[in-house]
Amino acid sequence: MNVAVSQTGRTSGSADSASAIEVRNLVKAFYDASGDRITLATTNVNFTVRRGEFVCIVGPSGCGKTTVLRILAGLEQLLSGEVRIDSTTQPAMVFQEASVLPWLTVAQNVAFPLSLKGVPRQKQRDRVGELLALTGLTEFADAHPHQLSGGMKQRVSVARALVDDRDILLMDEPFGALDEQTRLTLQQELLRIWERTGKTVVFITHSVDEALTLADRVLVMSPRPGTIVADLPVPFERPRDVVEMRRDKRFWDLTYEVWRLLAASAED
Amino acid sequence: MTTAHPSLSPEEIERLKAPARREKIYRILSYFSPLLLLLLWEVAAQVELIDRRFFPPPSAIAGTAWQMVASLELFEHIAATLRRVWVGYAMGAIPGVLLGLILGLSAPARRVLGPIFAALYPVPKIAILPLILLIFGVGDASKFVVIAIGVFFLMFYNTLGGVMQIPPMYLDVARNAGATKFQTFRRIALPSALPSIFTGLKLAAGSSYIIIAAAEFLGARSGVGFFIWASWQTFAVSRMFVGIVVISAMGYLTILALEALERRFVPWAKH
Repeated sequence: MNVAVSQTGRTSGSADSASAIEVRNLVKAFYDASGDRITLATTNVNFTVRRGEFVCIVGPSGCGKTTVLRILAGLEQLLSGEVRIDSTTQPAMVFQEASVLPWLTVAQNVAFPLSLKGVPRQKQRDRVGELLALTGLTEFADAHPHQLSGGMKQRVSVARALVDDRDILLMDEPFGALDEQTRLTLQQELLRIWERTGKTVVFITHSVDEALTLADRVLVMSPRPGTIVADLPVPFERPRDVVEMRRDKRFWDLTYEVWRLLAASAED
Repeated sequence: MTTAHPSLSPEEIERLKAPARREKIYRILSYFSPLLLLLLWEVAAQVELIDRRFFPPPSAIAGTAWQMVASLELFEHIAATLRRVWVGYAMGAIPGVLLGLILGLSAPARRVLGPIFAALYPVPKIAILPLILLIFGVGDASKFVVIAIGVFFLMFYNTLGGVMQIPPMYLDVARNAGATKFQTFRRIALPSALPSIFTGLKLAAGSSYIIIAAAEFLGARSGVGFFIWASWQTFAVSRMFVGIVVISAMGYLTILALEALERRFVPWAKH
């Protein structure tokens, strides 16, 4: 069953049954009525994500990568092109900054999607317990967000996105505001969770390092109007060790390659 | 008070707890600081620094108050005023909050209906009191209505402001989690706006007592406002002050109660 991301972008029938997400000629623009100005955010974005794959989109600020993700999440409408999402459920989103609701406890935040659906209390408690254990938050279950560090808040966001077990996880620079050590820890944990759950993940970042650490494939985006300029496979075997993989020469070769592509597209 | 910790000395624990204890002392002091004003007044009146005909010392006022308490006269007026304030307050606050939430969440409703409220808001509530007395008579209904109008606008604009300041991300979170319109309203907009709603509730409580005093001057046979007016007419200055103190205390206690509720229901906001 297909979930329509937007009415105009919906197509039925699947070209490749193994692909979870297909984006074809996606164009998105914004219109500023007061200045009568049109801003082209993305142009001709094409990519496919296979089921269970971890894909990172890397690009400079303002290149429209967040816009692409928001269109996949159904939070924004595309102007033209096609987006096909092959899943029974709407993709779950992990947002950029702390999107944790301050009036709810950690456990209530994680339970939020379940409580909206009216899942029985006991079932909610069991499921939330599992997720808190998975994300290392068990002892913070009754804490309020203002008592948590940035890293802890993002763990809550991740746990909330996983709680109702959707097939696709969209992550919008979830670790961007964190310090380096915390980010590395959360990257390692995300990989562990991903390996265990087998979700399809699209992860947005402006960090080349982060993209290579996490992804099966890295999509490089040009500055605005954004388009995909390269699709690079990341060859490291799984499970990965986020620290050890930095001793691999291929890691630095790929880093160089991505930087070269980013620099070249910036000059055009 | 004797929390122990294996790796901290009692002195260190003592120092660790000092800020929290100071905080508690400040809170207790904040309840009593208005009493300082009374003390100054008493001294100034006793040493004839101020004219005792217009400003009888608090002790003399207290004597008058005591007689009125003993004769139960005061309680009838307090009860009448309280009933009017609370009924009017509820009549204004509930629709104010609901409309504030609705207009805050719905841009079309805000554009179409917003100008109506913007046009009515600047009308001084006291200025329309004669009109309201004309329509609703001199009974309690007119008091309810004039307070409700005053409270409504404060609650409406504070709630609206609160909803407009919701981080858009919270709305995205709700949408991504599959919230319906009503769930977004109840689970996101209402709690997000709660700090602003409490600000509105406190402002509205203050202005309710201003409005009721004026309303009871003009058209009432009971209530603290009526009592102040009647005392003026007989030049019973001490009694007048009893009325002023009583209505001020009512306002003050109401705001204290609202602050207690705020700490209970908005624990995430800083105080």
